[in-house]
Amino acid sequence: MITPPDSSPPPLRSSGEQSVGDPDRPVAGLVVDYVLGLADDALVSAQRMGWWISRAPQLEEDVALANIGLDQLGQARALLSYAGRLEGAGRTEDDLAYLRDEREFRNVWLVERAQTDFGVAMARLLLVAAWQSELYAALASSSDETLAAVGAKAVKEVAYHLDHATSWVVRLGDGTDVSHERMQAALDAEWPYLDELFRPVEGSVVDPASLRAGVLDRVTPVVAEATLVVPEVTPARGGGRQGLHTEEMGYLLAEMQHLHRSHPGVSW
Amino acid sequence: MLHDVARDADICHILGYRRPVAFDDLLAGDGRVEPRDEMPEGYRRTLVRQIAQHAHSEIIGMQPEGNWISRAPSLRRKAILMAKVQDEAGHGLYLYAAAETLGVDRADLLDQLHTGRQKYSSIFNYPTLTWADVGAIGWLVDGAAIVNQVPLCRCSYGPYARAMVRICKEESFHQRQGFEILHTLSHGSPAQQRMAQDAVDRYWWPALMMFGPPDDDSPNSAQSMAWGIKRFSNDDLRQRFVDMTVPQAQALGLTLPDPQIAWNEDRGHYDFGPIDFTELAEVIKGNGPCNQQRLAHKVQAHEDGAWVREAASAYAAKHARPTEGAA
Repeated sequence: MITPPDSSPPPLRSSGEQSVGDPDRPVAGLVVDYVLGLADDALVSAQRMGWWISRAPQLEEDVALANIGLDQLGQARALLSYAGRLEGAGRTEDDLAYLRDEREFRNVWLVERAQTDFGVAMARLLLVAAWQSELYAALASSSDETLAAVGAKAVKEVAYHLDHATSWVVRLGDGTDVSHERMQAALDAEWPYLDELFRPVEGSVVDPASLRAGVLDRVTPVVAEATLVVPEVTPARGGGRQGLHTEEMGYLLAEMQHLHRSHPGVSW
Repeated sequence: MLHDVARDADICHILGYRRPVAFDDLLAGDGRVEPRDEMPEGYRRTLVRQIAQHAHSEIIGMQPEGNWISRAPSLRRKAILMAKVQDEAGHGLYLYAAAETLGVDRADLLDQLHTGRQKYSSIFNYPTLTWADVGAIGWLVDGAAIVNQVPLCRCSYGPYARAMVRICKEESFHQRQGFEILHTLSHGSPAQQRMAQDAVDRYWWPALMMFGPPDDDSPNSAQSMAWGIKRFSNDDLRQRFVDMTVPQAQALGLTLPDPQIAWNEDRGHYDFGPIDFTELAEVIKGNGPCNQQRLAHKVQAHEDGAWVREAASAYAAKHARPTEGAA
């Protein structure tokens, strides 16, 4: 169900949160931003995952990571298309993916940095998939029919991603001395970015803070089984939901968008 | 009669209850040789070399197209391309598994690839310079691969033949996707049309070389034909590809870069110009545009993943059932 402009806030959103967006922006616009945030998380994750295809530690893993990237891309496409419809300005999934500038992307920092180390890729997938498992399950029971449908489909996909990441984090953590050390370092590197997922977002359909306990319940036992420790780290600054990104984001978008932007208005 | 016996034997063997049949009887009856059948050492060696080379081609072939995943110009194209490159990894898996039925090990075959002792198809030593190259690879390279591989579905070695059935189905899907990419470009803006023509100009001749040297310079072909591994000669397959592709090029509105292409009424085939086989020889020798790059990428991925594979083995050993250790 599309929330019409100037209506009451969407369901499930907690009240009393500090405003982080433009106070004059209508509520429907805030929901668009919220959906774009989730879409961009999935899109940027898929973009980073695509790097692994032909570079995985073994052939089975090339297949698996391609599969996960494809799921993420599919989620991104569904959410981007919906954000475009909500916005009502006729923008397509491709308009939103290829023609927005960096400041208009709303993904979190967790997903946008390069992940060219397999331990980092699996640590991040563990966190992202655990969070998406909670998020999509909550969306599946939201009163927004489109988000509920996207959530119901995606929750099955990310359950597999979580299984996959879990099996690698455990094997690498509890493998050799070298892999134990590298997996702990990877977890330490990714953990500071977890916090941003739970910060308030204007227009949120699912209260981000409500997902924290569920995510930690999923992740913490995996870390223990992997004989690793939960990092005690200061959360990263973040700011992706407001369009403020790391320096790596510009390169990601330059690569992803350049061909599309070089030929304005054509079909592919 | 022998024919039927061999066929029945073939089916029973797949189901696991066929007795081994003599090699010559199987070949005479157009039956399938299965892993537990006796086979001449030369036959086994030829198959290992061919299947391994085929598997290596699939996984090295992930690189030129993978090169465009991050830059695909629409999300739909990005999804199709990721799925396609994933299919290639899957083909590599079936083929390594088929090779392993002949008593070799995937790790050894990869080692031979990484050290240059086994080859992969020379076509993947050409660069993908524009998005249209992804279309040209789908249309021409996968098109040529299909012509080469459809007869392999009837190869005398059962596991290889069965792997090829599935691979050919997926390849024909890929070929149509490549055709569709080029069709969109050739019916698009002038810049897109130039991009499509340029890709076809660069990939046409290398695609023709995928069928190998001409018949009178193909020393192993006769034996492979006698063994039922190869069903048609290099030049016959090349002609079949040209005959199939010329009308498709017309449908695309693109020009194949060979002024000598013309329908020959007497032969019932398209004539085409001479192929520069010194180019093929150079690329096979290692002097193509991307030989070093492709191999270095593969070796780098393998070396970067060593700690992961070692960890997986160590974990499996640690957590093996106690009975396995006691046995």
